[in-house]
Amino acid sequence: MIETLIGIIGATLRISTPLVFASLGEVITERAGMLNLSIEGTMYTGAFVGITVAAQTGSLTTGLIAAIIAGAIVGCIMGFLVITLGVNQHVAGLGLTLLLISASNTANRILFTNKDGMVRVDPWKPFDFAGPIFSQYWLTYAAFLILAPALWWLLWRSGIGIRIRAVGENPESADVAGISVARTRYFALALGGALMAAGGAFITLAFLGSFTINIINGRGWVAIALVIFGRWGIWRTVSGALLFALVSATQQQLRLVPALSDLPFEILLALPYLAVIAGLAITGRNVPYPGAYLKPYRRL
Amino acid sequence: MSTADAVTGYSVAASAVSLNGLRKIYGDVVAVENVDLEVRAGEIHALLGENGAGKTTLMRLLYGLTKPDAGSISIDGATVSITSPKIARAAGIGMVTQHFSLVKTMTVTENLALQDAGFFSLDLAGARRKLLALCEEIGLEIDPDARIDSLPVAMQQRVEILKALAGGCKVLILDEPTAVLGPQDVDSLLDVIRRLRDTIGLSVILITHKMHEISQVADRVSVLRRGEIVATENASGMSIASLTALMVEGVQQEIVETGERSSQGTSVLAIKDLTVHLRGHDVISELSLEVRRGEIVGIAGVSGNGQSELVQALSGVFVHQTGEIHVDGKLVKGGSPSAFAEAGFGRLGEDRHASAVSALTVEENLILDRLHFFSKPGILLKRKIRKFAEESITNFAIKAKPDQAIGTLSGGNMQKVLLARLFGERPLAAVVSQPTRGLDVVSTRYVRQLLMVERNTGVGILLVSEDLDEILELSDRILVIFKGKIVGEVARKDFDRIAIGAMMAGV
Repeated sequence: MIETLIGIIGATLRISTPLVFASLGEVITERAGMLNLSIEGTMYTGAFVGITVAAQTGSLTTGLIAAIIAGAIVGCIMGFLVITLGVNQHVAGLGLTLLLISASNTANRILFTNKDGMVRVDPWKPFDFAGPIFSQYWLTYAAFLILAPALWWLLWRSGIGIRIRAVGENPESADVAGISVARTRYFALALGGALMAAGGAFITLAFLGSFTINIINGRGWVAIALVIFGRWGIWRTVSGALLFALVSATQQQLRLVPALSDLPFEILLALPYLAVIAGLAITGRNVPYPGAYLKPYRRL
Repeated sequence: MSTADAVTGYSVAASAVSLNGLRKIYGDVVAVENVDLEVRAGEIHALLGENGAGKTTLMRLLYGLTKPDAGSISIDGATVSITSPKIARAAGIGMVTQHFSLVKTMTVTENLALQDAGFFSLDLAGARRKLLALCEEIGLEIDPDARIDSLPVAMQQRVEILKALAGGCKVLILDEPTAVLGPQDVDSLLDVIRRLRDTIGLSVILITHKMHEISQVADRVSVLRRGEIVATENASGMSIASLTALMVEGVQQEIVETGERSSQGTSVLAIKDLTVHLRGHDVISELSLEVRRGEIVGIAGVSGNGQSELVQALSGVFVHQTGEIHVDGKLVKGGSPSAFAEAGFGRLGEDRHASAVSALTVEENLILDRLHFFSKPGILLKRKIRKFAEESITNFAIKAKPDQAIGTLSGGNMQKVLLARLFGERPLAAVVSQPTRGLDVVSTRYVRQLLMVERNTGVGILLVSEDLDEILELSDRILVIFKGKIVGEVARKDFDRIAIGAMMAGV
């Protein structure tokens, strides 16, 4: 029993890691007043670019850096569409996601046509010390111990952070205060995209060591929900990611319970998503969306 | 009574800003023509004019929001080309408009720090110190850690002013600062403006169309009419009558028809023990009142004492209320706006932009609340609608075409459309909230006259307004509201500004 619990806790931290990266990236973008629905596609891009570069160079770290750069570039493309051209954010984001998923799958098929159509790398191993709870990937430690506090500081205690919040809340007054709304929003999208791609790369470079179709499997959409659940706060969003991962880890354990073996496994698989819907239904009403959410900024 | 001492004390100073021969033309409309204006260091200079007289254009030119077609601006004697708000601020010009440029989810300190933030660096502690020092110097109190959206409007306005001062402002433009304030806050704002002049020698350009503010604080006043300055005088020498004459000369004047004052009719609106519970407390508690046929009953009160909720309750949007509302003797249930309309009750909301659907046309807006009357099941009767719209446009002197989007109309014309919709239904009683807020002198007169005419034809009108002068002018009776209760009733013959003001303050 205790062992199962420990196993669940360890798995929770592992499963939550890509969600923490992606949802915090989305927090930064949405705080700047933009819904970035390219998140799912950006994660695919990160997953694919990460493993491809890692396989070519033989360095996982180089792969991760390449994924981060690719994510930032995707963020800038999103920026060109929604900031410079003023395209509707839903359309631009969904369009990019569809494009990037297909592009990743196609590139994967064309580039890696060996016998199983897959590229493989030797993935990162968890640190092996102090028992299964602390036996985690270094990116998991980085997500909770470095990234989250750093982003909190960035958002609440730094000049760029206050500018991001200002352009997301009231771009008119930010503009009058001499802040470039466009540049700040580009920065937020690039940073957010980099984080989303890092989350995607974690899955190929640490979890699997390979790239497959459907590899992200809706984690980007879950991250969007987590941001609303977290009310655009760093810690609440991280808590949401942990909660979702906890339900995921628990259902993985439940599938091993003999008494539940007659149950179609899809029902258990659906549990975390039901938890997201329930969580949003309970906490997602009357949430304080950033004031300029979804609104392109144009000077009069 | 303007402060003549202050004038002599500060007028020796050189000019802080002078506008020389400014001209601005939009298309073929001359917004501002050959304007010379000098604002001296440490004076409160009022700029008076009707809506559309060019006040806003002039200030936009000074703040770098638009470029002049001719003329120049000099600050402290040196000619400056002001092409952006940033340059204006660097030159010591600050502006506070009716739409505050504060980030509402941030604290006071954060809003100040925002101006000077570097890429990573953010000096919250420094901004806080600067803020407290400024407050101390001027004698203001403000909580530096309060979130903007937790502060009342009057406080937010002070934060705006402090923000401008923290940015090194020497000349502060206040664009109709009292339009957003209740009567009590107006006095304290005017007091703050005086203190800014006396403590730190700030020059203030006060844009307004309220005469008594000019006589209370201004050192000098310039009157703008159709884009030109028609007079610049010491404020102490100007009477309200002479200022009005300067402002509207040549503009058609209509005197409000007061008619006979009698309140003997039958009751058309009766509220009994109305209680509305919102946000954890009773915003209206056990309120009773009565409006009879052919009278205007004014609700006087400092804003936020339940007036908005009373108007909302009378539109039937609340479900959670106790008490009874009778229209023409018949009980009307809350929670159903259409029940109020069917009982013969009309309403003019406090925010005309919320009452009108700006993307729809004038005629569509006119029929919006009684579509059943202008349609066969599912089909609009275009010809009937057009005929009604054209009649309304004529009867209410609306300057618009029936198929014009209402959002493109001026405030005055939009208000006339809404009044046409209200009174076009021949209601027995109506609640009218802030009917002239933000309107210019001519439109205001028209609206007030219209209310009198409707009253004389027998409509019982409940008038809710933050403008005490308006209530005093129009009402047959005044009820004073305080903390959701009616605390006093005054008949027209006993109207007394000071006594009513005291009741409004809860004394």
